[in-house]
Amino acid sequence: MSFIRPNIRHPQLAVNDLGYTRANYEGALSTLCAGCGHDSISAAILQSCFELSIEPHKVAKMSGIGCSSKTPAYFLGNSHGFNSVHGRMPSVATGANLANRDLVYIGVSGDGDTASIGMGQFAHVVRRNLNMVYIVMNNGCYGLTKGQDSATADRGSASKKGIPNPYSSIDLCETAIQLGAGFVARSFSGDKEQLIPLIKAAVSHRGFALIDVVSPCVTFNNTANSTKSYDHVREHMNATGTFDFVPLKEEITTEYEPGQTEEITLHDGSAVRLHKATESLDFSSRRSAMNEIEKHKEKGEVLTGLLYLNPQTPDTHELLGTTTTPLNQLDKDKLCPGSKTLDAINDSFR
Amino acid sequence: MKPTDISNPEYFHKVVDCQYACPAHTPVPEYIRLIARGRYSDAYMINWESNVFPGVLGRTCDRPCEPACRRGRVDEEPVAICRLKRVAADNKDDVKHRMPVIPEQKNGKRVALIGGGPASLTVARDLAPLGYSIDLYDAQRKGGGFMRSQIPSFRLPESVLDEEVNYILDMGINAHFDQYVDSLKSIVDKGYDAIFIGTGAPRGRDLAKLPGREDGDANIHVGIEWLANVAFEHTKTIGEKVLVLGGGNTAMDCCRTSKRIGGKDVRVVVRSPKSEMKASPWEIEDAEHEDIPIYENHSPKEFVTENGRLVGMNFEVVEPHYDENGKRRLEPTGEIVFMECDDVLMAIGQENAFPWIERDLGVEFGEWDMPIVDKTTFQSTLDKVFFGGDAAFGPENVITAVAHGHQAAISIDRFCQGQDVTERPAPGTNLLTQKMGFHEWTYDNAVSDDDRFIVPLADKTAALSDRKMEVELGFDLQQAYDEAERCLNCDVQTVFTENKCIECDACVDICPTDCINFTNNGEESDLRERLKAPATNAEQDLYVSSDLKTGRVMVKDENVCLHCGLCAERCPTSAWDMQKFLYTVTKAGQDKEAVTPCTK
Ligand SMILES: Cc1cc2nc3c(=O)[nH]c(=O)nc-3n(C[C@H](O)[C@H](O)[C@H](O)COP(=O)(O)OP(=O)(O)OC[C@H]3O[C@@H](n4cnc5c(N)ncnc54)[C@H](O)[C@@H]3O)c2cc1C
Ligand SMILES: Cc1ncc(C[n+]2csc(CCOP(=O)(O)OP(=O)(O)O)c2C)c(N)n1
Ligand code: SF4
Ligand code: SF4
Ligand code: SF4
Ligand SMILES: [Mg+2]
Repeated sequence: MSFIRPNIRHPQLAVNDLGYTRANYEGALSTLCAGCGHDSISAAILQSCFELSIEPHKVAKMSGIGCSSKTPAYFLGNSHGFNSVHGRMPSVATGANLANRDLVYIGVSGDGDTASIGMGQFAHVVRRNLNMVYIVMNNGCYGLTKGQDSATADRGSASKKGIPNPYSSIDLCETAIQLGAGFVARSFSGDKEQLIPLIKAAVSHRGFALIDVVSPCVTFNNTANSTKSYDHVREHMNATGTFDFVPLKEEITTEYEPGQTEEITLHDGSAVRLHKATESLDFSSRRSAMNEIEKHKEKGEVLTGLLYLNPQTPDTHELLGTTTTPLNQLDKDKLCPGSKTLDAINDSFR
Repeated sequence: MKPTDISNPEYFHKVVDCQYACPAHTPVPEYIRLIARGRYSDAYMINWESNVFPGVLGRTCDRPCEPACRRGRVDEEPVAICRLKRVAADNKDDVKHRMPVIPEQKNGKRVALIGGGPASLTVARDLAPLGYSIDLYDAQRKGGGFMRSQIPSFRLPESVLDEEVNYILDMGINAHFDQYVDSLKSIVDKGYDAIFIGTGAPRGRDLAKLPGREDGDANIHVGIEWLANVAFEHTKTIGEKVLVLGGGNTAMDCCRTSKRIGGKDVRVVVRSPKSEMKASPWEIEDAEHEDIPIYENHSPKEFVTENGRLVGMNFEVVEPHYDENGKRRLEPTGEIVFMECDDVLMAIGQENAFPWIERDLGVEFGEWDMPIVDKTTFQSTLDKVFFGGDAAFGPENVITAVAHGHQAAISIDRFCQGQDVTERPAPGTNLLTQKMGFHEWTYDNAVSDDDRFIVPLADKTAALSDRKMEVELGFDLQQAYDEAERCLNCDVQTVFTENKCIECDACVDICPTDCINFTNNGEESDLRERLKAPATNAEQDLYVSSDLKTGRVMVKDENVCLHCGLCAERCPTSAWDMQKFLYTVTKAGQDKEAVTPCTK
């Protein structure tokens, strides 16, 4: 008997620019329920970091509490990580980011961790525009504590208990757009073709990037009356379009029909290329994004894909005017300039 | 692609690479698991059913299974399948009581077997339990054919061979040894219901036209004749300086035997580059381990004699050249090399020879003066005469001879019962889930990280001083266990049930070797390029499901599946299950109804 992942890998695994294979980005074997959507998202994060050739030690995985928040153990085993208190990942991530701005911050949270206990922290990290990717593994329930309805569960949706949820739901994408996030997207754990380029773009985006990923909980919320089940999401999913992530070094050669295809250059020079499903959506307009999301909701559909993108928002460091050097690279004199400097600063406030 | 038809036994059979490659289709993983459990007798009997000579083959088999072994595609070396077989043979209990019961009451049919090698003995083994009366004729003093006369005792102790030959001869076989059959007609005239010819490929090639051949004759020997003479102790010594010509396994046996009976400076001289020598890599390794040098690209030019006695040989150094099709030509460089010697052993190939078969009996001969033999039924153009082993299609090896013997026995049985020999029995199959519980399977699904274990050898000096001392000691039981654990259990199949799958991707994400994909269907060549990991090994099938809910299909590349069962472990709906596929070649008389028609 065993449930141990073998050490053997495919002999012809692809190698990225760093000479690493995907195996170098693996973590421990998942202990989540078999078939959990969260595992697919972990696999998508892993694949994205591999494809972006990010050095594993340049990533910090931040999370709160929940099945979703456990997942950082299951990918990027060679990266930094902090599994914080329930709903408090944003403040820990803020601290870490202020201390070392050179790392890629990948926050992983759940709908409970974000939209219930962590709602306050979430709102403010969006407002601060912390440079991080914030992934919500959204299953509409508290998976870890046996499936209670969460604040993102749709009104009327019923989990395994069978009782329809009486409350209206929080739409994290709309909230984030309203609070000023520069990158907002929604996806589905069962659609890696969409999810992987979204994660890659989110990593390349400077500032706060939210991806709300609907991620079925097979054990408690994959029922016929749940709006977060595999079947329901597949039947009601509607994408804003398809999406390519174009890394910086790759020359852009393909020509597209104007109107349907839009290209947006990100802060680091890479680009996202969108092939829009509808001309009515304008990715740079918050109002258009909100409209589009609500329009689909009225039809009972889940709108996925990139929803809103503004690559030019100033992030926390820019807003605060902090040093461009990570604190661990500053020498003692810079970090602790002495009482004279402190006096000078205090004097300036008098 | 069309959905894979897993009800066709050949599909899963092919996934068990070793068993598929074994000419007798021995259920390898089944016996390897039994070895790991210490059930040596059971492991032996599984082998014995399929390949008749587990003790012999566990030491000498050409092991076509090993290059085919999946482990070799995901690790540096395949499982030591062959040497594990020996573990079963060496550690079994007395198995005599497990041998088939031979009916007192015969079925009234008489069969003659000409030649007493593995092919004939296999026919005897399959037919005797069915009540046939069997006469076996062989020119040698004892049974076993080339296994006795050619394979040296330091690779195959006589006691091992005797044991396994006797299991068969003890089935009431009427053996006539020391009896060379010089006329097939004389046998036909005895009124047998069927005759099986398993006379091997007994003629060693000579270099008759090379200058000096006649003069040096006293010290120039045909390798296989010389080996037989050593085996039967007509030859007891050889000169100190020996040249062995040829690059096949016979050359390796000749040089190693020479070293043991007086040869001091023994050299192997081969025309081709060493990398293209025909001998199995392990046989070359063994010769080199005994400090026997191999001279490559040396083409024999002449035997040099002085006063009517061989003193050496001249060789022309050649250089291999390859044309655009990769075809090789050996071009002389002009350089001539002289090598001194006392004796020369020619191991440059064997041929069939049927001087004793009258050409007017109805047994037709075709190209190369070889009998015309049906590849499936082994029947000749004279309906009651069947061929098998090296006699049928030229020199091969013991396991091929055994496989032929099984098939010929089916034909002979059907022929004697008045049934159509072209109708072949279907294989026996069984597919059964191995799930025992949560995270629990009947088999050791954890994949061992161990490298292939090396079989310990006897002390070199001692081994070289005794022709009969077995060089390989065999695995001890701990090594056997550890080596057995390297086996990936390829017979435990990943079986997919479409209508259970919810397309959650859990299996895709967990699979350590990226076998599983959910994607849009397409032509095979297109699919192979679109999979998560390149599916470049076209010899390995793609397992394709019918359409799933999303319109996609599941495509699994069988190539490097570790049979670890993690897909089944992670699947929330048991759409994947690990099921053991047992495939057995049906033997003579084991089926009542033949079902698969032969497609000639
Ligand atoms: C030097 C050498 C080493 C080998 N080593 C290996 C090895 O390690 N592993 C392996 O798998 N294979 C090996 N082989 C090959 C293997 O021995 C043969 O492929 C195999 O034995 C063929 O079996 P068979 O039943 O067809 O005939 P054989 O084993 O050749 O038996 C034929 C028998 O028929 C007898 N015979 C022939 N003509 C007549 C006649 N007219 N009347 C009566 N009797 C007759 C012969 O005396 C002989 O006993 C080796 C071969 C050689 C030459
Ligand atoms: C301060 C605090 N309150 C409550 C809990 C109990 N608790 C653990 S996980 C969890 C909900 C997690 O839900 P979500 O973030 O959606 O994660 P999921 O398990 O669904 O992925 C709760 C309420 C806790 N661990 N800490
Ligand atoms: S790993 Fe085991 S079952 Fe698979 S081919 Fe090798 S010996 Fe056979
Ligand atoms: S058994 Fe399943 S998980 Fe394991 S290698 Fe094969 S397909 Fe992959
Ligand atoms: S784990 Fe099972 S249900 Fe999920 S995709 Fe694989 S086969 Fe389908
Ligand atoms: Mg949740």
